[in-house]
Amino acid sequence: MARAIVNLPAQARRGEIIEIKTLAAHPMETGFRRTQLGELIPRDIIRRFVCTYNGAEVFRVDLHPAVAANPLIAFTTVATESGTIEFQWVGDNGYAVTETVSIRVE
Amino acid sequence: MRPRLAWAAAAYVLVGFAGIYAAAEIPLAERRSGYEFMSRETRAMQDDDAGNPGMLWVLDGEALWKRKTGAADRACADCHGEARASMKGVAARYPAFDAARERPVNLEERINLCRTGRQQAPPLAFESRDLLALAAYVARQSRGLPIAVAIDTRTRPFLDAGRASFFRRQGQLNLACSQCHDDHWGAKLAGTPIPQAHPTGYPLYRLEWQGLGSLQRRLRSCFAGMRAEAYAYGSPELVDLELYLMWRAREMKIETPAVRP
Repeated sequence: MARAIVNLPAQARRGEIIEIKTLAAHPMETGFRRTQLGELIPRDIIRRFVCTYNGAEVFRVDLHPAVAANPLIAFTTVATESGTIEFQWVGDNGYAVTETVSIRVE
Repeated sequence: MRPRLAWAAAAYVLVGFAGIYAAAEIPLAERRSGYEFMSRETRAMQDDDAGNPGMLWVLDGEALWKRKTGAADRACADCHGEARASMKGVAARYPAFDAARERPVNLEERINLCRTGRQQAPPLAFESRDLLALAAYVARQSRGLPIAVAIDTRTRPFLDAGRASFFRRQGQLNLACSQCHDDHWGAKLAGTPIPQAHPTGYPLYRLEWQGLGSLQRRLRSCFAGMRAEAYAYGSPELVDLELYLMWRAREMKIETPAVRP
């Protein structure tokens, strides 16, 4: 099942600034809401998002309960060399998703 | 005294009917999709597939379309092939008349009829992630195409029933759908604009829901707002209302998966 969508240009010129958009399927349950019977719904959120470009970390986010469901994270980086960009989401209840996209830089 | 009372009653009834028929439908040229009442940011969210969270369901639907299931061990794709071609324009024609049920069925019910009949699998629950995903995937293939429900001698009685419930005052607030969506669209209700209620983008991602939902879910929350008892999912009254709303939005473009605030 689709757990994340990553969008970035497949190729870029060296030194070009590229925009990367990521969308992760996640309920982002805050841990503050209650059921109709008054029981607390346990927290279930993505805690961290990390993007690495050929192994080097280029972007990182810590997420908190106020972030909406299915968080969209968009950021930019400089296309330095061809290779792979890896995206990793880590969260509560053992949630872990990794996506890898290759990019060609000329 | 008696005849006078009768006359008064008759006059009251006449005025009442006049009130109903004075509430005219929106002229075709003045119809606006809910999209046009949204903020720039929410529009951008819908327009960009990379940022439209509804696409998560569409991608799920694509996977389900190809997955074999049920006692028949058949996937949707085994009969219908590539959805991009075979499902193009299909969602724009629903609710459509089903000969076996002798009444119109909506897209979700059609998917479940296929599941129980052809795939011999249990039907999916209304508003379940899988059913919404399949409906979103099928409806996505009609994006940009005009809504064209078939109105003929078989479907007309259901269209009329849907129209009647659209104009019927109901609930503790004694409101009809038409009082907001025909007479006061563009005005504000609790600070948010009242749209014209054209179901162009269902199933759609509603920011308030933090998820994808069907037209029936939207209708049920309108009933709750009117302090009326909501019809159950899949009830004929809701499908009639869906049919009327789709006819009312005829020739408008499908936007699935739309985003709404």
